Parts: sequence; C-alpha cells; structure tokens
Amino acid sequence: METNQLNSLAIRTENVRRHYTMGETVVRAVDGISIDVRAGEFVALLGASGSGKSSLLNLVAGLDRPTSGAVVVHGNNLAALSRESLAKYRLHTVGMVFQSFNLIASMTLLENVELPLRFAEVDRGERSGLARQSLERVGLGGRLSHRPMELSGGEQQRASLARALINRPKLLLADEPTGNLDSRTGTEIMELIRNINQTLGMTVLMVTHEQALAEKYAGRMLHLADGKLVEDVQLGAIR
Amino acid sequence: MKLYDVTDLAFRNLRESIFRNSLTTIGISVGVASLVAMLSLGIGLQQLASQRLEKSGLFDTVVASSKRDMRNFREAREEGPTPADSPSMDEAARRKIEQINGVVEAYPDIRFVTELRFDQKPHLTMVAGVPFSAKNNNDAFDGMQGRFFSSESSPEVILQKSFAEELLGMAPKQGIDDRNIADLAKPLVGKELTMRYAERTTSPSSGSSSSETGAPQGAAEGSAYSVVSREQSLKIVGVTDLDPDSMRGAARARVFLPLKLLQALHVMPESRDASANGTPTYGSLSVRVANPNQVPAVEDAIKKMGFSAFSLVDATKSVRQFFAVLDGFLAIFGSLALAVASIGIVNTLVMAILERRREIGIMKALGASDADVRGLFFAEAGAMGLVGGALGVTMGWVIGRLINFGTNIYLARQHFPPAQIWSVPLWLVLGAVGFSLLVSLVSGLYPAARAARLDPVQALRYE
Repeated sequence: METNQLNSLAIRTENVRRHYTMGETVVRAVDGISIDVRAGEFVALLGASGSGKSSLLNLVAGLDRPTSGAVVVHGNNLAALSRESLAKYRLHTVGMVFQSFNLIASMTLLENVELPLRFAEVDRGERSGLARQSLERVGLGGRLSHRPMELSGGEQQRASLARALINRPKLLLADEPTGNLDSRTGTEIMELIRNINQTLGMTVLMVTHEQALAEKYAGRMLHLADGKLVEDVQLGAIR
Repeated sequence: MKLYDVTDLAFRNLRESIFRNSLTTIGISVGVASLVAMLSLGIGLQQLASQRLEKSGLFDTVVASSKRDMRNFREAREEGPTPADSPSMDEAARRKIEQINGVVEAYPDIRFVTELRFDQKPHLTMVAGVPFSAKNNNDAFDGMQGRFFSSESSPEVILQKSFAEELLGMAPKQGIDDRNIADLAKPLVGKELTMRYAERTTSPSSGSSSSETGAPQGAAEGSAYSVVSREQSLKIVGVTDLDPDSMRGAARARVFLPLKLLQALHVMPESRDASANGTPTYGSLSVRVANPNQVPAVEDAIKKMGFSAFSLVDATKSVRQFFAVLDGFLAIFGSLALAVASIGIVNTLVMAILERRREIGIMKALGASDADVRGLFFAEAGAMGLVGGALGVTMGWVIGRLINFGTNIYLARQHFPPAQIWSVPLWLVLGAVGFSLLVSLVSGLYPAARAARLDPVQALRYE
C-alpha cells in the first residue's frame, strides 16, 4: 500500500528553498516548502505577487534548481539531474503554458507546435501529423499556417496548450494561463485544462492569483505567502 | 536535435534578420576575397616564375661531353674512367643518353665563331644550333619579334637583340637596354645574311692512305678529309629580346640557326673518331630533362656512362622557397580582413542572443538542451561562413581576373608578351571556403556557448 502511494505520487517537494542574492539582500523566494501532489491531481498555487508561487513552479518545471531541499517528480530528484537530463525531463515529462503564451512570432502555429518534436528528434514525416492533431484537439485545425500575431489571445493560449501537450507529458504546469485573457476566453482555456486533466489524467499544477478560478476548476488550493506554504485546502474529491 | 533541424532552424533565423546577417556575410566574403585575391596572385606569380625558369633551359639541361677532350683538365679526385678510357660522344652515345629515364631529348651542341656578312660588312660572332623543339619549350623564343624557323633545317636565322643592334650599326648600350625590340626587328626581318664557314668534307677515296689538305691530329688512318671554304645565305626570320643561350656564359651565341641545318653543313671543327668507323663525334650534348627535379639523377646516369656531365643547381627550388614565404605573408595580410570579419560574426551573434533571449528561454522551457541551443548558434555562424566563403571566392576570383587583365594591358603597352600572373587552383577554392567556415565556427564558439548557458528563467522574464 505504501509503495502504491509512492508510485502515485507525481510531485514531492521536501523543505525546498530557493534564495536569490540581490546586492546585499537575500530574497527568499521559496523558503522551505514541503508538498506532495498525487498523479492526476489539479492543484492551484495561490498567493500575492512575490509570494513565491512562480518560483516554486519553475523549480517543479526543472527550469531552476533549489538552493536546498529536494524536488522529486515521478521518482526523479531534479536537483541531482545534470543539465542535459534536466532538459530531457522538460522535454518529455513537463508541458508548460505561460501567461504571455510564449509562442515564437516568426513561426506558424504548426511550426510552433512542432518545435518540441524537433528537440525530441521525432521523424520529419511524423511531426506534421502529430502537430496537426494536437492543434485540432484545441480547436485550431483551421489556423495551422497562421502566425501567432494573427490570432486572438485565447487562440494563442490554446496553441500554447497544444504545444505543451505534443510530447504527451505527465505534468501540465500553467503559470497564470488566463492572466492575459478576458474572462470569457479565460473560462474557455480553464475548461480546456480541466478537460485535459480529466480525460488524460494529467497532473496539473497551476499558478493563479484568482481564487474564484481556482475554486471553480482546481481540486486543491495551496496558498503561499513570503515563500512559505500557509494553507493547503482540498476542494472535495480529486477530479 | 537532428542536423537537418539545426540547419533548417539556423537558416530560418538568419532569414529573420536578413539585412544584418547579409552585412555580416558580406564582411566575411570581403575577407575571403582579399585572401583569395592575394594568394591567387602569389600562386600565379610563382607559377609564372617557375615556368620561366624551367623554360629558360637553365635548370632542365645537362651538358654532357666526353672526357677525352678534357684530358688536361681532369681533376685529381674525379670519379669514373680516366679520360683515355672515356667513350667517345658519338651518335650511339647520344641515343643511349636519350633513353635515360626523364630525358626528353639529347642533341649535339654545335657552336662556332664565324663571320657573317650583312650589308657588305663582316661581323664576327658565335653561332649556335637550336633544335626545332625549342620552338615550344624555350621561353626565350616566346616573346620574340618575327617567327621561329619554318622547318627543322630551313636556311633561316634568329638574331639575339645585341647582334641585331650591331648589324644596324648601333652602339651597344650600357646598363639596361631599353631599345624596343620591335623597332630593331622591322628593318632586319626578311633580309638575307651570308655566313662564311669551313666545311669538312670526307675524302672520296676510301681506304686510301693519302690525305689531301690536312690530316687532323689524332685522326686515324683511313679517315682523310679536306676543308673547303663555303658560304651559306640565311634569311633573318626573328629577333629575340631574351638570351636563349644564357647558360653558356662567355661562350654564348648571338646568332641561332636550325640545328639540323648546321649538322648538314659539316662545319669545322668537326672531329671523327676512328673507333666509331668514321661517324662524327660531338664536342658536347645538350640533354633536356622533363623535370628540373630529375636533373641530378640524369647527371649521375650520364657520369656512370663514363662521360662528364654539368648542370646548374635547380634554382626553381629556391624560387619555390621564396614564394612559400611570400605566399605566407600574402595570406597573413589577406587574413587580416577575415579576422575583422570574424569579429563581425561574434558581434552579430551576440546581438542575436540579446534579441532572441526570450526565444532561447522558450526553447529551453520546451526541452531544448544546451547542445541544441549551442548547435543552433554554431550552425548560424557556419552558414554565414559558408555563404560568405563561397561569395568571397567568387569575388576574389573576379578581383584576380581584373588585376591580371590590368597587368596585361600594361604589359602590352610596354611591348611585353601577356602573362598569367593570377591562378586560382581548386585547392585554393576549397581551402578558402573551408578556412572561412573554420573562422566562422571559431567566431561562433563564444556566442554559442553563451547562448547555451543562458538561464531559462531569466531569459523568459526578458521582454
């Protein structure tokens, strides 16, 4: 039973800290957070600006390394991984969406979505089909050859979701995914993320400062303040 | 990332800032062009100098002679048979020498001082026979006025410039002779010249012990001959500026006749050897070798046959050495522009990193490894180097051609024959493109490493 529980554990942080030095002051962005997230959970990270929620997300995403403590994702201690292995982890285990979409402006949607497949060295012949499928899944089948600037914010975020899912990751990390969207398109994106969480069973860790959004879609809320976990709220059954 | 994807993305990125990248690429191509132009001139000049030296006959000719004629000059420690045992230099020996590996031809060296009458005035000078093959392989006849002999024994004559001046009654010039060869040739070419010489005729009675006019010293019994004074009229067909006979030093001739004609005239002093059944023997042979490098070997082979052999040290070797140094200097000067261009590459790529910082962050967040990012910037540098190199070689080729063209216009004005002072061999083309690629890749090292090391969190924050 113990082993099963461990196996179903997606993310575990053990007293993780991330401190920056700015001049002579030390900024404790993440200051000793320990959390466990089970596979398939939809967790919202809430907190004011500078509470450390994005820093924690970056640690889980393998974009940053902790000053101390451990971040273990599906059995991998990220702190112990080499730069090369960490890149592989980001490529295969994690899918990320950002507040500002972060699509490459010079590429079409299809090319943007294909980009992670290039890094994964997927054959040229297969790539286009996979990217097309992924874009069709988020309702952008008719916009394949458009450039990001030709699309609305909602469409861009959907393309960004399609890109995040292209390598079939185990973890979807979203950093304020609706932050740049109006409430209607924001809701559309959140529905899409919930759908991915429910149908694919993908673990979702989402940073947001909108409590209402978190309460509506997430199964669990983690409140952060000054780099510390202050509240861990379960919102009913795991979805 | 696969090589195809790296290349594809690199060219896509280069197209994105087409103007700046084109400027950088043009910078590289100017560097490569200057390198190619400099080296092509260096190589061209080297080839020209080597060709001239090789064609001068100075370094591809061995003079072979029988030691019998030098019995009084024999050096104490000289190897080989004694002069008395040395075989005679007759037709059989000539054929044997001609069969030595590397020998193109061996022809008798016929030269004598005689009187030539022109315009009722006698002129005394050294006359020499020239083989018909010299038409194509002796540089001295390349730029001459008039033409070469029409056949291998036609009664024609080519004059050296100084003799032409003498015939026209001009005083010999001190220092550099800048008289125009064309002006000298005009009144002479086509005119007749009479050569007086002594012919040696064999006595008609074979086996007779009586000799007529004179029995030569050392001539054996049964070979009697007479000497008859004869005249041969010759047509002046050419005047040469250079000295085809420069190897002979003091014995150099100023009047040249077809060798076959001189052989047919049986000019005294022609010696015959009894042991060779009255066949003529030659004072010396000029042995022409295909490649100056083979001269020492041919010289040794001739010495082993019992003859003495003489050649000038291969000066093309020192010429090659000189040009290797010259090419080195030219390459350094040519490379300076390329060095400046390489700084341009570093600058362009560092600018690209700043501009594409966020893009690098996105790629890293999506799973690009350090090696992927490094490879991408490396490929961009390489692509600029390759395109710049190819463009530069083309530009260098055009510049070289223009310099060659300009030089030949100048040479033509100075009444010199045209010369190819410029050469772009295939190795230079490939070498220049390869060097440009190498310089670009080295220039890309720092920007690529910097891009690869970029912290993705910082990069994503960058607007």
